[in-house]
Amino acid sequence: MSTQKHTDEISGVETTGHEWDGIRELNNPLPKWWIYTFYVCILWSLVYWVIFPAWPYLSSGGWKHTAGSYGYTQRGEVSAELQKVAEGRAVFMKQIDAMPIEDIAKNDSLMEVALAGGKATFADNCAPCHGSGAAGGNGFPNLNDDDWLWGGKLADIQTTLTHGIRWEADADTRQNMMPRFLDDKMLTREQINDVAEYVLSLSNKADDAAAATRGSEVFAANCVSCHGADAKGNQELGAPNLTDAIWLYGGDKATIVTTLSHGRGGVMPAWGARLPGSTIKELALYVHSLGGGK
Amino acid sequence: MSRFSHEVIEKNSILLLILSLIAVSIGGIVEIIPTFLIKTTVEDVKGVRPYSPLELAGRNIYIREGCYLCHSQMIRSLRSEVERYGHYSLAAESMYDHPFQWGSKRNGPDLARIGGKYSDEWHRLHMANPRQVVPESVMPGYPYLAKTPLDYTHIADDMKALRVTGVPYTDEEIANAKADLEAQVNPDADVTGLAARYPKAVIRNFDGNPQVVSELDALVAYLQMLGTLVDFNAYDSANFKQ
Repeated sequence: MSTQKHTDEISGVETTGHEWDGIRELNNPLPKWWIYTFYVCILWSLVYWVIFPAWPYLSSGGWKHTAGSYGYTQRGEVSAELQKVAEGRAVFMKQIDAMPIEDIAKNDSLMEVALAGGKATFADNCAPCHGSGAAGGNGFPNLNDDDWLWGGKLADIQTTLTHGIRWEADADTRQNMMPRFLDDKMLTREQINDVAEYVLSLSNKADDAAAATRGSEVFAANCVSCHGADAKGNQELGAPNLTDAIWLYGGDKATIVTTLSHGRGGVMPAWGARLPGSTIKELALYVHSLGGGK
Repeated sequence: MSRFSHEVIEKNSILLLILSLIAVSIGGIVEIIPTFLIKTTVEDVKGVRPYSPLELAGRNIYIREGCYLCHSQMIRSLRSEVERYGHYSLAAESMYDHPFQWGSKRNGPDLARIGGKYSDEWHRLHMANPRQVVPESVMPGYPYLAKTPLDYTHIADDMKALRVTGVPYTDEEIANAKADLEAQVNPDADVTGLAARYPKAVIRNFDGNPQVVSELDALVAYLQMLGTLVDFNAYDSANFKQ
């Protein structure tokens, strides 16, 4: 390989002097536009170092970094943005925070805000269990109807949301459980069969009138303390109404026997520690507005 | 040849390789070393602890099933994320994660603060068949987790291996690994040691089946603790600005 400079006959451009098997490399300069863009980028990097956090340095307190002339941080930016949003909402949020929930329901402009906010919060936090249309599912109550387990007044819904149901981490959570009548040997299989027939008879679905009659005695001895003598439930205790045709876990006989045998105790998380009080009020108002609010 | 010529490098592949490695290393060192040295990289917050043995086993299942392919565990410092998922993630919250599960793909929601958001029952139904509770879901079902007993014969070795990478498991924690794992799914057991070693550990039967420690127990235990260790109410938001 020769390293002698050589001018290419066809293009008239000097070669780099490299030659491999008779092939020579033209020494064309870089395009002007490229080279100036490159210089501008180098200059911009100097500006960038000054404006943004860039360089680490060792000081007496250990390693630090330059903060940049504006003290920019991503976290600072999001904090400022959130604060701005909070200030924008403050006009309404302060009123929602301060007013009793029943009074908010009477205030049209506040209700408009609360329902919009409640809907958005519901979609992320509540829909996974209660469904995006709040129609619930097996074990998760339908919030559109007027059949309530723990009360359907605004204040009841607010309490349920704040403290949850059977949520261990909250000391004020709603407690009470359907007992495990078979597992804990409180009733025999025959008694459970009878009481299931009696419960079915309350919504006119019983097949065995004799069993239902026997079951009514078992019911009177074991169930009335929560579900009431008329079996219409007790919202203070979260005991469902057994006379309507609305079932949380299913109203066929097999499911009722399972419920009686092994108990039930659905859990709802407490949102008081997760969401601000004003958001919980918005949610309560939204749920209340779905159709079944008392 | 008196003058240095680029030709020397171009024609000597070993020299080219060595010089390339040096050039790339300088770039890497300059970018990486400061993040190990600057204190604000990992904030000093109270509450973050290594995973309990059961949570660690659940994390292993999370990795085995590839949950990270569709779920991130990293709430970015953007308004939309903070308003939806809660406080943005701190580096300290994943300092005992090897490897971290930040992820970059969100077919499903971020899970950094999923702990305590839903009930165990919901997780059980959701793992068996996600569409049972969320009709719109595209997540696959994992019904076998509830039926598969958890294999935790090597849980103490897992913890030892993590200790090598810098997770501060004590000898006592490693010695009690199996007992702690079994105790965390059994609220009737003596859990004072477990609760002292792993503050805020949730102790209950996660899969609803007290007969056996299943893979679902471990996974739900892990999911139910995600993002619950740091009490953000104790900090002013200005604390994390750096």
